[in-house]
Amino acid sequence: MQRIINDPDNVVDDAVRGYLRASPTLYAATDHPRVLKYAGEPRNKVGVVTGGGSGHEPAFLGYVGEGLCDAVAIGEIFSSPTADAFFQAFDAANQGRGVACLYGNYAGDNMNVKLARKMAELEDIEVQTVVARDDVASAPADQRDKRRGVAGEIMMWKIGGAAAARGDNLNEVIRLAQKAVDACSSIGAGLSSCTIPANGKPNFSIEPGKMELGIGHHGEPGIEITDLPSARKMAATLCKPVLEDRPFKRGDEVAVLVSGLGATPVMELNLLYAEIADILDEAGIKVHRTYIGNYFTSLEMMGATLTLMQLDDELKTLLDAPARSLALSQ
Amino acid sequence: MHYLDASKGDEILQDLVAIIMENRTYLSEVDGAIGDGDHGINMAKGFRQCGEAIDGQSLSLAKGLGKLASVLMGSIGGSMGPLYGSLFLGMATTVKDKEIVDPQTFGDMLAGGLASLQDISDAQVGDKCLLDTLVPAVEAYQAALVDGADFAGALERMRQSAEQGKESTRDLVSKIGRSARLGERSRGHLDAGAVSCCLLLTQLADSTEARLQPRAA
Repeated sequence: MQRIINDPDNVVDDAVRGYLRASPTLYAATDHPRVLKYAGEPRNKVGVVTGGGSGHEPAFLGYVGEGLCDAVAIGEIFSSPTADAFFQAFDAANQGRGVACLYGNYAGDNMNVKLARKMAELEDIEVQTVVARDDVASAPADQRDKRRGVAGEIMMWKIGGAAAARGDNLNEVIRLAQKAVDACSSIGAGLSSCTIPANGKPNFSIEPGKMELGIGHHGEPGIEITDLPSARKMAATLCKPVLEDRPFKRGDEVAVLVSGLGATPVMELNLLYAEIADILDEAGIKVHRTYIGNYFTSLEMMGATLTLMQLDDELKTLLDAPARSLALSQ
Repeated sequence: MHYLDASKGDEILQDLVAIIMENRTYLSEVDGAIGDGDHGINMAKGFRQCGEAIDGQSLSLAKGLGKLASVLMGSIGGSMGPLYGSLFLGMATTVKDKEIVDPQTFGDMLAGGLASLQDISDAQVGDKCLLDTLVPAVEAYQAALVDGADFAGALERMRQSAEQGKESTRDLVSKIGRSARLGERSRGHLDAGAVSCCLLLTQLADSTEARLQPRAA
């Protein structure tokens, strides 16, 4: 394991210290060491909170900022933040108009958010939640509630964050974040394993020359292991299940997010995108906006995820709204 | 009839801390087969912090269990933080204000912990999780009392059922948590939560039994 660390057990806390020191205009510390809040002035709006395990950087803390999230709960590597951290994040984000907690569908997150909501109730902080379920590989379309949240979560933060920033009330922010999630379909392809620092060895293995389609953000096994294809074939392999997940039709407009899993060069992500764009052209689908880069990673896993969000005018307006954060500025 | 002096909480809690610390690597290896491989690391981190927090203190069983619950819920997160946190909090609440723990109270403590855990999780026996150890162990303890077993006898039945429950997870297909994504590939491996739960219940039984005192009828 070739890593820049002090103590493998303190990787997360040491990293948080770095983010705070590097970006003081974005991040402010709170009373909780695993909770950061946006350093900008509160604006009497609905608070937007997210949270999740570390190891997915720039998710989750990279999406704290203007037009995005107001506070983030930070967990151990690949492990949910505590209930206390979620609660402190609610408290930090609350500006008197309630809090929208937008997170992914993982057992630990579900339980800790549930406990944190009980704590918030005692403090009269109104919290509503939306759970991202965009990973088409994790369950069939008729069992959407079982699906994991992956990179589609970013679209949920963007849409929900923009709605909150323009002054929408809590019910409206929740409705729009839910609409964003419902419009997203994602799939990932892994080309190598990742290593949790405290474990010191790879979590699993993908043989050289192989690709695992449908792999999860923690290395959850995918739906198929194939020979590593050309970028052109890989694009087709990724597009097929995503396009089939919902009734896309000619003339539809989409946002495309191609995220690296941590170790794939951005050059290759763009190379892959060119092939994806060709496929969307052929299907008559118009790309309204594109995001390419390391948006939601899995430590140093090689590979990429593809997310398509089907757009309408309401979503387009919010997607195009300005945002400023470490991971997403437009 | 035998009973446990509830003022010995710190000793029992330190035994629980020790058993998890000793099995740090083993628990991560079990978890590595169908999970992230960090179960031992996270459990050891939480239990070590609890051990440090209660070091040198004399605590009642309720206070000791309560401290463990708050450390697990407040600092380890993941799934195990809320699950074990709720379990130990429920146990602590049940024995609050008790100066002695008799066999019936011990059974109530187990049941209170289980009910508290089930309040935050919809998991069921058969899902391949810690409930596969916990539920039969609690039921076996209580059934033993109904059958007329003494404290030590009921603890022994609890240990046996915890062990059987843990082993039962080997043949199960996971229905909950991250390993549920594995489907059939989860079969053939023990569930890490069921293993840690078995270690904890077995140690709790051992530590309780070692401190049982006779009481004049």
